[in-house]
Amino acid sequence: MSKTPFFRQPGTRSVMASVISILCGLGAGSLMIFIVGLCTPALGLKSVWDGIRLVIAGLFSTGRDAVGALTFGFNPTNIGNMLFRATPLVLTGLSVAVAFKTGLFNIGAPGQYLAGTCATLFIALSIPTTEMAIPGIEPTSIPPVVVWILAFAGGMLAGALWGAIPGLLKSLLNINEVLACIMTNWIAANLVTWAFDISNLKNLVEGTKTGYIYKTTINGVATSKMGLDKLFPGSQVNGGIIIAAVLAVIVYIMLTRTTFGYQLKACGSNRFAARYAGIKDKRNIVLSMSIAGALAGAAGSLYYLSGNTEFFWSTYQQLPAAGFNGIPVALLAANHPIGVIFTGAFMSMLDICGLQLTNLTAYNEYITDVIIAVIVYLSAFSLLIKSLLSSRKKKDEPAVKAEPQPTLANDQEVKPE
Amino acid sequence: MNVLLDNLTSGSMVFLIRQTLIYAVPLMIVALAGVYAERSGIINLALEGIMIFGAFIGVLFVRLVQQWGWFDAVYKAKDWIGLQGFVLLTMLVAAALGAAFSMLLAFAAINLKADQTVGGTALNLMAPALVLFFVRLIANQNTLQMATGDSASWFMLKKSTFGIGRTQEVGFLFDTFVNKVYPATYVCILVFIVMSVILYKTRFGLRLRSCGENPQASDSLGINVFKMRYAGVAISGALAGMGGFVYAMTTTNCTANGDVAGFGFLALAVMIFGNWKPLSIAGAALLFGLFKCIAASYGSLYLINGAGEKIYFLKELQINTNFYRLLPYLITLVVLAFTSKNSRAPKAEGIPYDKGSR
Repeated sequence: MSKTPFFRQPGTRSVMASVISILCGLGAGSLMIFIVGLCTPALGLKSVWDGIRLVIAGLFSTGRDAVGALTFGFNPTNIGNMLFRATPLVLTGLSVAVAFKTGLFNIGAPGQYLAGTCATLFIALSIPTTEMAIPGIEPTSIPPVVVWILAFAGGMLAGALWGAIPGLLKSLLNINEVLACIMTNWIAANLVTWAFDISNLKNLVEGTKTGYIYKTTINGVATSKMGLDKLFPGSQVNGGIIIAAVLAVIVYIMLTRTTFGYQLKACGSNRFAARYAGIKDKRNIVLSMSIAGALAGAAGSLYYLSGNTEFFWSTYQQLPAAGFNGIPVALLAANHPIGVIFTGAFMSMLDICGLQLTNLTAYNEYITDVIIAVIVYLSAFSLLIKSLLSSRKKKDEPAVKAEPQPTLANDQEVKPE
Repeated sequence: MNVLLDNLTSGSMVFLIRQTLIYAVPLMIVALAGVYAERSGIINLALEGIMIFGAFIGVLFVRLVQQWGWFDAVYKAKDWIGLQGFVLLTMLVAAALGAAFSMLLAFAAINLKADQTVGGTALNLMAPALVLFFVRLIANQNTLQMATGDSASWFMLKKSTFGIGRTQEVGFLFDTFVNKVYPATYVCILVFIVMSVILYKTRFGLRLRSCGENPQASDSLGINVFKMRYAGVAISGALAGMGGFVYAMTTTNCTANGDVAGFGFLALAVMIFGNWKPLSIAGAALLFGLFKCIAASYGSLYLINGAGEKIYFLKELQINTNFYRLLPYLITLVVLAFTSKNSRAPKAEGIPYDKGSR
């Protein structure tokens, strides 16, 4: 059996399709800046040039020099912040990807993210450690690292339980998972608001802002920096990104090297054929959603365990964007767990570029959201791009098989038995 | 008997009906938008995005027209019919651009046979991003407002609109259905009825529905499946865009900030809940609207007892506000758990039409 040449391997083609999508997205963003810049007399061509440079290389921006020209160079703060912001994106992206592999569209990541956040904050703040500093609570002899482990595990567990609900509803009652996820999202948003509303964890010490929960650092609980702060001084980076990457590798091994992973994928490809082969499809749907939930829960957990983020608790009218952003991260990575690490980092890089754009030019960070949307839109026809790539290479090869994508409701009328 | 009548015509009941309609009508019309797309065979996950876009376009149009001063004379003359014409015009503009925006989904899903869930998600990401980008450029803040005045003073019917004094008593029916009401609500109900009739009682509707069930059969009978699906998505976009503006006008005081509080997704839920049938959808939307309304104002709802005293029964239960807020979602899930066995989606939805396949 001869080895398939590098350029004809399906993996290479997936990457090429994603890269083409990304380039088109960046092009569309630049075009928008160009048009807006030309149509607005106050902006002009120079700002267009600045804007486009920042969209593409904002990560390496170091501000403006004395004459007001943009300067570029290695900026450790930006890169560290990028890694910090990538942590939740990688994990919610993994969450969506795992569910996709089982043929489920996990639009419930925001709810699972909130469940994880809520459990983590409650555990991290209500078990007093040696460094407890909330007024009126005595420090104890429990070391913070124990509480950190408990809080992280609790966050993942809460996410898993919250993800299991739509899984159970789907497998037992045949309720469409998209619908169940949307409902559980909003239920989570309200429950979390309720839980914090009656809690005594609202930040009353720093009176400047209202509506926030204490940072976990008030109890001495924070994710270890693992030396990354030395590498990227002045940034918010911590060990969370390493944990996220490790989880991605674990998911990759689970999906590709274990029987369980094979069963999950079999259910995604054809639920009824899988059942015919003796795979317990209902159990696998619940497990897949639980794993997805645990990953989304870990996203929220790590983001708030970092110690430098505050949680705005009255969240009943708004779902966390980090949850929804897992969808483009997973799509751009073609649901590949390792790919998710890179696409998550890419998305957070765009975030940083957006901030630079807001700080340094008259444009604003939402242009990067437009770019992400264009990329996702193009990745919808990644299949087309892939088949174009393959047909150019050689005719005799069979067309790339479509990744099984869950559809909203077309599996509903298929009655078992 | 008198007690019952007192309760049915109390101020509390007036408020409940009025407010329920305000929540239910955008849901209803956007859910119907979903039906049009899905019945033609295209899953429209982008309802949320199209609503956001429609809301922005509507508010922007109102703002621009106010700046151009087209309706200043009408406003000064307190000519409410003229002002409602303004609303109607804005609804049409929002609908037209909503339809145009939805063409992005139609092109990807129909011509390029792309995954419809992904295409819809892309539009959901695109709409708030575009809207916030332009809102920030236009208004220098994250919310776009009307140029002058507010939604209530321009577009709402009030007692004073008809020359009735503020304290003067009016009948129950007038109070409920005319006072403090946006006529756009009734326009939406009318559109809902007309579009439902078109879907079920005309040749066009039958053809559209056939494309969502068995496009191969439709094609063999000479129906252009691509055109029908384009029509389905376009109508869907128009209704969702209009619904987005009506939502913005009636519940967020005619402002656009790239968010419709998940109403598009809720409409999707109402559509599935209503089993893709207009009448059930209307019922589901009203139920949802009722619970939304209770959540927003349970403290001021009362019953009148035999002695004519007002009893604020929900307030007296002393249940946490958050419980009422999550109630609509919880009830939807519970009701679905009991009805999901009979749920029936259009058979061909989500599947790109391929002439060659069997």
